[in-house]
Amino acid sequence: MSIGGWILMVGSLSFVWSLAGWCYYKILTTPDNK
Amino acid sequence: MSGTGAKEQWGSRLGVILAVSGSAVGLGNFLRFPGQAAANGGGAFLIPYFCALVFLGIPICWAEWAMGRYGGQKGFHSAPAILGVIGKGRFWRYSGVMGVLIPLAVSFYYTFIASWCLGYFYAYATGQMGIDPTTSIATQTAASATFYNDFTGTGSNGLIFGALSVPTIVFWAITFGLNIFLILRGISKGIEKFVSFAMPVMAVCAFIVLIRVLTLGTPDPALPDQNVMGGLAYMWNPDFGALFNPQTWLAAAGQIFFSISVGFGIIVNYASYMKREDDVALSSLTAAATNEFFEVGFGGLITLTASFVFLGLSGTIAAVSTGTFGLGFQTLPVVFAQMGAFGPIVGAVWFFMLFLAAVTSSISMYQPAVAFLQESLGVDRKRGTMYVVGLCLAASFMVIYFTEGAVFWSTIDFWIGTFLILVLAMLEIIAFSWIFGLEVGWAEIHRGAQIQIPTFFRFVMKWVAPAYLIIVLVAFCITNLPASIAQIGEQPMAQLALAMLAVVAAILMVCVRIGEKRWEAAGMDLNGQEIAGDFKPGGAS
Repeated sequence: MSIGGWILMVGSLSFVWSLAGWCYYKILTTPDNK
Repeated sequence: MSGTGAKEQWGSRLGVILAVSGSAVGLGNFLRFPGQAAANGGGAFLIPYFCALVFLGIPICWAEWAMGRYGGQKGFHSAPAILGVIGKGRFWRYSGVMGVLIPLAVSFYYTFIASWCLGYFYAYATGQMGIDPTTSIATQTAASATFYNDFTGTGSNGLIFGALSVPTIVFWAITFGLNIFLILRGISKGIEKFVSFAMPVMAVCAFIVLIRVLTLGTPDPALPDQNVMGGLAYMWNPDFGALFNPQTWLAAAGQIFFSISVGFGIIVNYASYMKREDDVALSSLTAAATNEFFEVGFGGLITLTASFVFLGLSGTIAAVSTGTFGLGFQTLPVVFAQMGAFGPIVGAVWFFMLFLAAVTSSISMYQPAVAFLQESLGVDRKRGTMYVVGLCLAASFMVIYFTEGAVFWSTIDFWIGTFLILVLAMLEIIAFSWIFGLEVGWAEIHRGAQIQIPTFFRFVMKWVAPAYLIIVLVAFCITNLPASIAQIGEQPMAQLALAMLAVVAAILMVCVRIGEKRWEAAGMDLNGQEIAGDFKPGGAS
């Protein structure tokens, strides 16, 4: 795989996994509004 | 207020997030996305794809969630009523019919396709796929195509109603029945409970298949180029030249729309069952992120990699050219057949996962229609569901009968599931940012919000997203409409499909008129005039 392929794959996966991880962390650690 | 019995609500914040995520995660994540990426620049496709996500998908998601919750506080749960409130008038209310027509019409064929997944799962679980891995790839491909054609009835009209195709009808009946059972149980006890089980199971299934695919190595030493790294390279190596082709940007925007379920009228309905102070900013972002997790994280690694390892470059290119269903239902069974003893297990897990993905999407397609009939006709959930069942049985019979060449349901897919969602999304973002007003809308998004959205997105929602959508829509029309209109003239099945859609749309229009009279008589704010009391500018709480 080319360097460009690695950069795009790792960058894309990191972006979506980090975004989902951060969102669920916030959801699960922030109490519901009353 | 709307005369539909007890007020329904989600049981938890995670429940609504998983329901919207479940609606978004479907067959397109695993089958359509990798094909689109490979055909439009490989890894380079991800650049316009993420641009469309940030400048179109996520802002419109925020708008849809906020519109839905706002409409719900005024006692409305369907796109026609809610768009009437947001757009402050009759034009918008009738435009909102698209928000019921789109999910309902897509459900006519989507549930049929979901039943294929169940049928394939059953065939793998019981060893009835009939693909012999000791024969040549060409023979296996032919066997897979025969299974697909027999099961889906693409050979000729009425094939499925023949004696040999009883299982197809049975699997469709089971799938449709499951959907209706969940809808009848309601928002919290039906939809929420099911997605709370299905989404984690889907993630586990996808993870199992991913691990198997990434550990395939080089299964045939005689073909050293056909390995996992080669497969990943096929999917991810960028062709930056594709970025200069407008078709790439159009395909990326189309994939985002198709994938995260904006412009369907589903999010508006789901969000209308939220409480007044429930967060929509973070919840909306989380649902979109969940969809991306499945699409890029699993869809981008599994499908084409597996295909490349066993079928090589030419076989995978051929598979991509057959489109979503060719790749998913004809090529992948051949790929699974090459996996030895693991093949049937991986195949069963894969199609069970696709079945769950399809059902979590299909239930979200029935729910807006049920909610709309409840509030426009003033009936309870049971009666509203029965009306939808009657409509769907008639329409689904046509979809299942007129299977030749898949022209009938492909016509619905193009005009409703592709063209109309762009139109509805454009109208929604214009109504939200320009008529409801971004000041009020921004405050509405941030009421109860657990994140502060960067102010930059005010500009995006006011200017960038509408302009982006208009450009995409115009480009789509120029690129696709002439051929599609010509096809209508040539194919009676396409004319029949459009006639059926016109009848359904007319029925929904009449229901809007009946609803208007009921809502006016009940003193409801159907034109969104009482906005001042709700307008509380401010940031996140």
